[in-house]
Amino acid sequence: MQLSVWTYEGPPHVGAMRVATGMKGIHYLLHSPQGDTYADLLFTMIERRDQRPPVTYTTFQARDLGKDTSQLFQDAANDLIERYAPDALLVGASCTAELIQDDPAGLVEKMGLPLPVVPLELPSYQRKEHWGAAETFYQIVRTLCDKTRTASDPAGRRPLANLLGPTALGFRNRDDIVEVTGLLDKLGVDVNVVAPLGASAADIARLGEADFNIVIYPETGDLAADYLKREFGQPAIRTVPIGVGATQDFVREVAELAGTDPEPLLAEGLSRLSWWSRSVDSNYLTGKRVFIFGDGTHAVAAARVASEEMGFKVVGLGCYNREYARDVRAAAKTYGVEPLITDDHLAVESAIEAAQPELVLGTQMERHIAKRFGIGCSVISSPVHVQDFPARYSPHMGFEGANVLFDEWVHPLVMGLEEHLLTMFRDDFEFNDSAVPSHLGPGHSVPQEQVAEPANDSEAVWSDDAQRELKKIPFFVRGKARKNTEAFAAERGVGTIELETLYEAKAHYAR
Amino acid sequence: MNAPAALKAPAGSDCAPVLKERGQREVFCGLTGIIWLHRKMQDAFFLVVGSRTCAHLIQSAAGVMIFAEPRFATAIMEERDLAGLADANEELDRIVDQLLARRPEIKSLFLVGSCPSEVIKLDLSKAAQRLSTKHAPQVRVLNYSGSGIETTFTQGEDACLEALVPEMPVLGADAPANLVIVGSLPDIVEDQFKRLFAGIGIDHVASLPERAVADLPGVGPNTRFLLAQPFLNDTAHALTKRGAHRIDALFPFGVEGTSNWLHAAAAAFGIDAAHVDAVIAPYQERARTALAHQRERLAGKTIFFMPDSQLEVPLARFLANELGMIPLEVGTPYLHTAHMAQELAALPTGVQLSEGQDVDKQLDRVRSARPDLTVCGLGLANPLEAEGLSTKWAIELVFSPIHGFDQAGDLAELFARPLRRRDVLKV
Repeated sequence: MQLSVWTYEGPPHVGAMRVATGMKGIHYLLHSPQGDTYADLLFTMIERRDQRPPVTYTTFQARDLGKDTSQLFQDAANDLIERYAPDALLVGASCTAELIQDDPAGLVEKMGLPLPVVPLELPSYQRKEHWGAAETFYQIVRTLCDKTRTASDPAGRRPLANLLGPTALGFRNRDDIVEVTGLLDKLGVDVNVVAPLGASAADIARLGEADFNIVIYPETGDLAADYLKREFGQPAIRTVPIGVGATQDFVREVAELAGTDPEPLLAEGLSRLSWWSRSVDSNYLTGKRVFIFGDGTHAVAAARVASEEMGFKVVGLGCYNREYARDVRAAAKTYGVEPLITDDHLAVESAIEAAQPELVLGTQMERHIAKRFGIGCSVISSPVHVQDFPARYSPHMGFEGANVLFDEWVHPLVMGLEEHLLTMFRDDFEFNDSAVPSHLGPGHSVPQEQVAEPANDSEAVWSDDAQRELKKIPFFVRGKARKNTEAFAAERGVGTIELETLYEAKAHYAR
Repeated sequence: MNAPAALKAPAGSDCAPVLKERGQREVFCGLTGIIWLHRKMQDAFFLVVGSRTCAHLIQSAAGVMIFAEPRFATAIMEERDLAGLADANEELDRIVDQLLARRPEIKSLFLVGSCPSEVIKLDLSKAAQRLSTKHAPQVRVLNYSGSGIETTFTQGEDACLEALVPEMPVLGADAPANLVIVGSLPDIVEDQFKRLFAGIGIDHVASLPERAVADLPGVGPNTRFLLAQPFLNDTAHALTKRGAHRIDALFPFGVEGTSNWLHAAAAAFGIDAAHVDAVIAPYQERARTALAHQRERLAGKTIFFMPDSQLEVPLARFLANELGMIPLEVGTPYLHTAHMAQELAALPTGVQLSEGQDVDKQLDRVRSARPDLTVCGLGLANPLEAEGLSTKWAIELVFSPIHGFDQAGDLAELFARPLRRRDVLKV
């Protein structure tokens, strides 16, 4: 058993729902107890979908267990086929149905249903949501793709690529598809099929007609891409175009596979991020401490942008999905930080507290953590909440995506000019500790006063003078100043922290 | 699973026959109740023994994760817990130790059963006994089931309160008569009711649950209790078995319901009705004023209740009788005719009641009736709005203070707001 307060990922059948809900004409029959229908609200409320997910739940109850739950399942299958007439049917079990072992796959096989059926085996007690989505998409591709339909003679046509990985409830998937499709068009490459999001069974059938695959979300697209490589020999591009540098890499890789010239696009298509970052106002971004946590793909991508394109200092990097931990470990090494691989949000919270970042890039969990600490936060990865499905066009991928990243990451920070003013007027009543920075607006709580008590294992005592001076330091860097000073004092065996100790420590830790 | 069931009129009512349906039920399970129960009982912790789905359900239904460490969590079962029950019990003990070490302020711990724990027959009552002995006297360990196979949404609260009944102190035959208000109410509402009962002249009034599990009221043959919520069948039964007497009344929604509820209690304590009228008159007046604002907007409007919280019948009675709305269908997951007899009699004649659900068929009826307002769960609201039908999220009715005189206007406003919004928007 694992003690869990909040979870980053749902069970694997929710991953299957993300695939089914994103597709057209696919229905998912889920053997499940009453109550599992809660998952519908993820799509109708968080993503504001205007249709119910195409999922029929058997919603068995205790009184059904003694009787025939498999009959319930078969009746539900017949009813849904009559009502919804789907092009293909996914069948599977949620965690409880897995335990009663009705064998949905065997049941529908016996029924001889008049449509393609994709049985899903998603072990609920071992795997999680992303894996469930990846496995479901893979099984759909395996069952529904037409092995006789392969790429035609490349002469006289533009190269064709599939975009794999986006799903319903995916973070910025809607806009990233538009952005990547636009990039490919400028490179002279056409999109054959985007899947699973927006794809029908007929679209899956013609996946083999593409020259290569682009996995824009490896967490959900990798398994299918591996299969397509084996089956059709399609190579896959796994560079995720998040940030200017990664987008340039992506453009070059696509051009190489497609045999087109990337240079005109690279010459024209630089993001505004490059100039925004070089302009003098952005000087204040230099060395801002940033903590990054999310799914492996988005966390690694964000770290590169933060470090190379914003001039931030990466002080923490991690992911919640172990399947992609290897990439995160490698990236963490280049930034000189310990990789944090965990799905325990309390562990993430302590890591953030210890790292004392000025900005957190994370999921909705980290947004809540950062809010409690009074630190700015921008969301870069699933799981996300309703506000992270914006009405406006706001991709994270491609050159426009880089513009969006600049805006979204700078917005939660104290602005450059404002930071100077805070220093200048820190004793002014409007700039005192209880006046929250204007960009946070009303409703943000003032961070709690932490001056009085020395930090955990520190023996040093603060003199009155030093403590008064500490209070004058803007609150958002005060914690760090205090910690550094105490560490400095401990290192030198200083018993009482005087005014001078504070400034000596400041000089010592100056970066 | 969709075989038509025989229609049967509930005893002693003048409603149309109840439509009983069995099919896909688009409802929450009883675990959802933890969201409001843990806010109410501030010394209690709720540990769901279940799967990742259970953990995901609670955080999704709660919508926002406002608390760093809420007073609930899930012990997520893994592959090896399913291999042998002995190991599962050991694991559970380890998790509880870990939890109590981390949260030493916890005084009561509820082990909450789930679908998977029920199916593998993990005996949480034995586990609760074992852990109670181990952690006594600091922590009392109780258990109930919030599983979807056993409970529908608000029935989770019923199961939780039922588990508290054996913990209530014994009051003897010589104890003074006391009144227990049964059902988790927001503190502000509970305090209003206690002030009203004091004004009426009932002295010993307590709630089940109180704000701390440690303050559970006593129960005995001189105890009378009033249900504040219509979904507390098993709790009422358990209280009756301990000698307490249920006071039959309308549920305290709107002026009519609240007046009837208070009068019924006063009568049970031998207090003169004229005195009660005098005490509650200003409150009734205030509530009527608040309702008048909404009546204009709601009168003559049709409403369709999808089954959700079992609050549907009393709410339909309130909306029909005090605001002039026309209930087209009142769906409820379960219809407890005994506790609901007065409510059913107070409903306008000919209202279609339905019990249980076959969601696809019920949505067909919604589409064909095109009600002005449909009360439904979060999974259905936006899809119906997209079809041009105004909706009210049922879950808000469980999370918001809606009982009593001073909330009557707010309750009406919850139904009026979607209609007002529809009229305001020009996009």
